[in-house]
Amino acid sequence: MSDTFVLDGEDVPFVPGQSVLQAALSAGRYIPHLCYHPEFKPHGSCKVCTVKANSGLGSRYASSCTLPAQAGLEVESATEEMNELRRTLVQMLFAEGNHFCPSCEKSGSCALQALGADLGVMTAGFRHFYPDRPLDASHPDFLLDSNRCILCQLCMRASSEVDHKHVFVLSGRGITKHLIVNSASGRLADTDFALTDKAAEVCPVGVILKKRVGFAVPIGQRRFDQRPISAQALDDAPRPSDTSRGTA
Amino acid sequence: MSKKLRVATTSLAGCFGCHMSFLDIDERLFTLLEYIEFDRSPLTDIKQCGPCDIGLVEGGLCNAENVHVLREFRKNCKILVAVGACAVTGGLPAQRNHLTLADCLSEVYLTGPGVEHGLIPNDPELPLPLDKVHPLHEVVKVDYFLPGCPPSADTLWKFLSDLLAGRTPSFTQELIRYD
Repeated sequence: MSDTFVLDGEDVPFVPGQSVLQAALSAGRYIPHLCYHPEFKPHGSCKVCTVKANSGLGSRYASSCTLPAQAGLEVESATEEMNELRRTLVQMLFAEGNHFCPSCEKSGSCALQALGADLGVMTAGFRHFYPDRPLDASHPDFLLDSNRCILCQLCMRASSEVDHKHVFVLSGRGITKHLIVNSASGRLADTDFALTDKAAEVCPVGVILKKRVGFAVPIGQRRFDQRPISAQALDDAPRPSDTSRGTA
Repeated sequence: MSKKLRVATTSLAGCFGCHMSFLDIDERLFTLLEYIEFDRSPLTDIKQCGPCDIGLVEGGLCNAENVHVLREFRKNCKILVAVGACAVTGGLPAQRNHLTLADCLSEVYLTGPGVEHGLIPNDPELPLPLDKVHPLHEVVKVDYFLPGCPPSADTLWKFLSDLLAGRTPSFTQELIRYD
């Protein structure tokens, strides 16, 4: 017998230790998210999964990926207020990097793009930064295009938690924070990064790109061309009756 | 409808791909022409924009003439629409924004592969390039944004038919694409 909390007026069961986001996804209820990945420790940095939570002591905004599910918690997620905040976060990510979807080989498989389309974002709205960020094509099997990095740290988490390599690191603070490669030269070619690494498959945007397969799947037939990210996320979520996990 | 709505269109720092997508609404153009008439547009070759109901602007801003035309559209159009990735984000031309203009011109006209006896064009009739390429909303107020490279014919049709029917344009997720 599991406890329940309330999500948008409906009871959602949870097992102790689950976050609000994990429990919601397991119960087939989508909360938009970006830096959360079912296979890694929640990170809480992108804030897209922010919900309004009321535990009886007043309501507050919290990242649902790091908010522990508690019995009796009342959570608002699918409201215009929350989705408008999420749109603004997505817009800021688009304005901050160089996200030129028409010329990006990740288009159609990009979580940022899919999330924007799902939330109905039509423009970044803000003044674009057009930052000057480097490309690293030194590695024989990968292109590293940091123009599109959203600092979700999934590659860092995968490289350290799963691959035990620590290939990727963030450097700098605030607006100067950026992704770097953990080698003396700073080049990806001078690390032991390999095609079999978990970190090679988790980038939600078009930063870590495998060479020679960019257009193997044509535009229009890609992951999020088939089904919206909100439906895919539910497919990928671990379910109580089936603990196997879908692909990232 | 008593009076046809006047529509102006232009391509600034664009490739006319959005105009091609607009023509791609095919036979729906006949229906559309029962409700609208064109003012300034590459389709009419009218050179100055008069008072209009809707302005469809393709392309971003890469030179002084683009800014001039955009302001002319904003001044004359009740509803101004940024059509396509370049109008919405700067698009492909904005991929020069991390370089200096001097470096761009120098590479293209002086030092690039195959260039001999190069010269950076400076004819006074040429509009001055802007330091950076900008999306429309950084210069004027934009009422609607249609992303996509180009926005599909179906997206353009949905937008126009909603607007003509007096509805706030809305899109299903399949009609919103950034590529």
